[in-house]
Amino acid sequence: MARTLSLPSKSKKTAPKKVVGPAASKVAAKKPAKPVKKAPAKVVSKIVVKKPVTTKALAKKSVAVRATQPTATAKAAAPSKVTSSDFSKSPFNASLKPAQKVGFLREMLRIRRFEQQALKYYNQGIMGGFLHLYNGQESVAAGTASLMNGHDEIITAYRDHGHALAVGMGMNECMAELFGKGTGCSKGKGGSMHFFAPDKHYWGGHGIVAGQTPLGLGLAFAIKYKKINGCAVAFLGDGAVNQGVFSECLNMAALWDLPIVYVIENNGYSMGTSLERSSAVNGSLAKRAEGFCVEWATCGGFDLYELRANLGAAMERARKESKPMVLEVSTYRYYGHSVADANAKKYRAPEEIERYKVDYDPITLWQNQLLKEKVVTQAQIEKIDAEAKAEAAAAAEFGIASPWPTEESIFEDIYHEVDHKTEAGQTGRFFFSE
Amino acid sequence: MPVITYRQALNDAFAEELTRDENVFLMGEEVAQYNGAYKVTEGLWERFGSKRVIDTPISEAAFLGLGVGAAMMGLRPVVELMFWSFAYVGFDQIINNAGCIRYMSGGLINVPMVVRGPANGGTNVGATHSHTPENFLANTPGLKVVCPATPYDAKGLMIASIRDNDTVCFMENTLLYGDLGEVPDGAYTIPLGVAEVKREGIDVSLIAHGRAVLTCLAAAEILAAEHGIEAEVVDLRSIRPLDEETILNSVAKTHRAVLVDENKPFCGVSSQIAALLAEHAFDDLDAPVLRVTALDAPAIYSMPLEKLQLPDAQAVVAKVLSSF
Repeated sequence: MARTLSLPSKSKKTAPKKVVGPAASKVAAKKPAKPVKKAPAKVVSKIVVKKPVTTKALAKKSVAVRATQPTATAKAAAPSKVTSSDFSKSPFNASLKPAQKVGFLREMLRIRRFEQQALKYYNQGIMGGFLHLYNGQESVAAGTASLMNGHDEIITAYRDHGHALAVGMGMNECMAELFGKGTGCSKGKGGSMHFFAPDKHYWGGHGIVAGQTPLGLGLAFAIKYKKINGCAVAFLGDGAVNQGVFSECLNMAALWDLPIVYVIENNGYSMGTSLERSSAVNGSLAKRAEGFCVEWATCGGFDLYELRANLGAAMERARKESKPMVLEVSTYRYYGHSVADANAKKYRAPEEIERYKVDYDPITLWQNQLLKEKVVTQAQIEKIDAEAKAEAAAAAEFGIASPWPTEESIFEDIYHEVDHKTEAGQTGRFFFSE
Repeated sequence: MPVITYRQALNDAFAEELTRDENVFLMGEEVAQYNGAYKVTEGLWERFGSKRVIDTPISEAAFLGLGVGAAMMGLRPVVELMFWSFAYVGFDQIINNAGCIRYMSGGLINVPMVVRGPANGGTNVGATHSHTPENFLANTPGLKVVCPATPYDAKGLMIASIRDNDTVCFMENTLLYGDLGEVPDGAYTIPLGVAEVKREGIDVSLIAHGRAVLTCLAAAEILAAEHGIEAEVVDLRSIRPLDEETILNSVAKTHRAVLVDENKPFCGVSSQIAALLAEHAFDDLDAPVLRVTALDAPAIYSMPLEKLQLPDAQAVVAKVLSSF
């Protein structure tokens, strides 16, 4: 079945049997559905949302409500090119100040310009490795970082540049890492898929599909163990849900009441294999959580307000109740799985890619929203964009001009005890090449 | 000095460290309420409670990964694998995550975790429960590998491993859990990367780790009593880091080396030692370096044949005699 998470339906009964989201097929949904103009539902006290329900249905159940913050609903509204105001009144959005809203725009533009700059040098052959670009998904990382409370921890997979920049890593160190330079965030030892910034509560950057999901569980475990007022957010793609370890994680998260939100960034393609061809889906991928007694929800990831409203509620619940949740976010990547994915336009129609760029681009949607709210002018947007471009270009220059790591550094950063010349790092031989 | 079992020595080490550092916790299948499949953690759940001693579901990949994530955040997980053979379903977490994160983060992260459990054959349980992966794991720069042979070493090395700031793969042996030995009360550490000469000799160096050390000691007694050969027994204790100096000093003294290894021969631990000797002890050697290893086949179930698969004292004696 196609992915279903983006289109609204009045109820389970009236929903078409085969609901098709924007990324689902070449023929489906020529135009985006109208947004559901309803306030987000209040929190549902039951842990397991048994069936996808509409916001209306949830509202009827409000007798069970015991908190005022909203939670994500099983059926979120579709993304909309018309407006992104549907979730603007959410408690996570209502008190946002104009400067913050403009800040989100700046973050998304910085991510996009960074990626485009990286692509330029990758295509020129100056930059090596793999390059999994985040273009089209910027709202998810920017929205998440904007919700972190200083004690929350996040971790993601290999499409990690956006998350890195969003949490505050510098363009220079990130770009230098892509060039494999000693000034890179991992000293040229990690590459594109392995950006880390523990001081910014960012734990990577992981190359093996779903390999980060139990690490996220460990972050949540430590948060609970140390009684920290925070939660863990672990990102994974729609392809990663089919790795066994993720299922193991859901079971343990529920069993031990760990404060973690697993965010499935569903961009519709598991490398070159569409969701339809890779996953058995009963309504949504997130619904698989039901089998593990983990609450789940879906939402659109194109509209920053919608993302923030849903993820904000999920994170708040994780923090306050120490409970896991799976939030499936619909999104789309403009480029291939990686830039080396030469078939990116063969396994999906060019028209599909174009439609997302025109109708669902998170940056365009947010710009339009902010213009509508009159918190920014077109001229200001252009200035912010120009600054982002200049910053990315300067970062590329920095990366190119930076020195390669020294040969000696090959044997550094392997063992903590050796690096710190402790007593434990002095006994025996650690490295076996001459 | 108290005489206790290898099992109790480990148990004492956990109790010491659980008491000393609240960031230490034990986790694994059946480690808490069941008291451990091999009773290594007996009584600890009762004493330290559910926060510190935790039963997991049968999900090695997830709980090994959880350990890595928790260790990144400064906790000190001691993760039990009921058998090291079960690590294979969680290898991604040990190799790619515990083993590589420090490097790939340019040193921003370290993973102070101990992964422990028995890694041995010889127990009549077939191939899937008899693996000895110390060679695989020691092949990963970033991991440390420890294989204690005696109760004293087990306790001291375990405490050192828990306090170590890198991931230590700690390999025990179900056949040794009941062995008795003198073990001091209280905490003490044995540094990783320091081998021990368990028996001094002048005629041949028997180099081993884990239970094979005891096999060597038994062989040395036979060699002395029946053949007038005084064998020196070198216990590696730690595979990575490796104490090459003690190995080379011993061979420089005896001029002969027989490597005894319950690991398989192909790319096994003994292969690494043989390479070391070829490179650095060539002029000291009066005879080729010889090996007695597990036979190069999966562990067989059938008991009498399984006994043939692992090195025993007679096989070591025969190999030593062949070098003279």
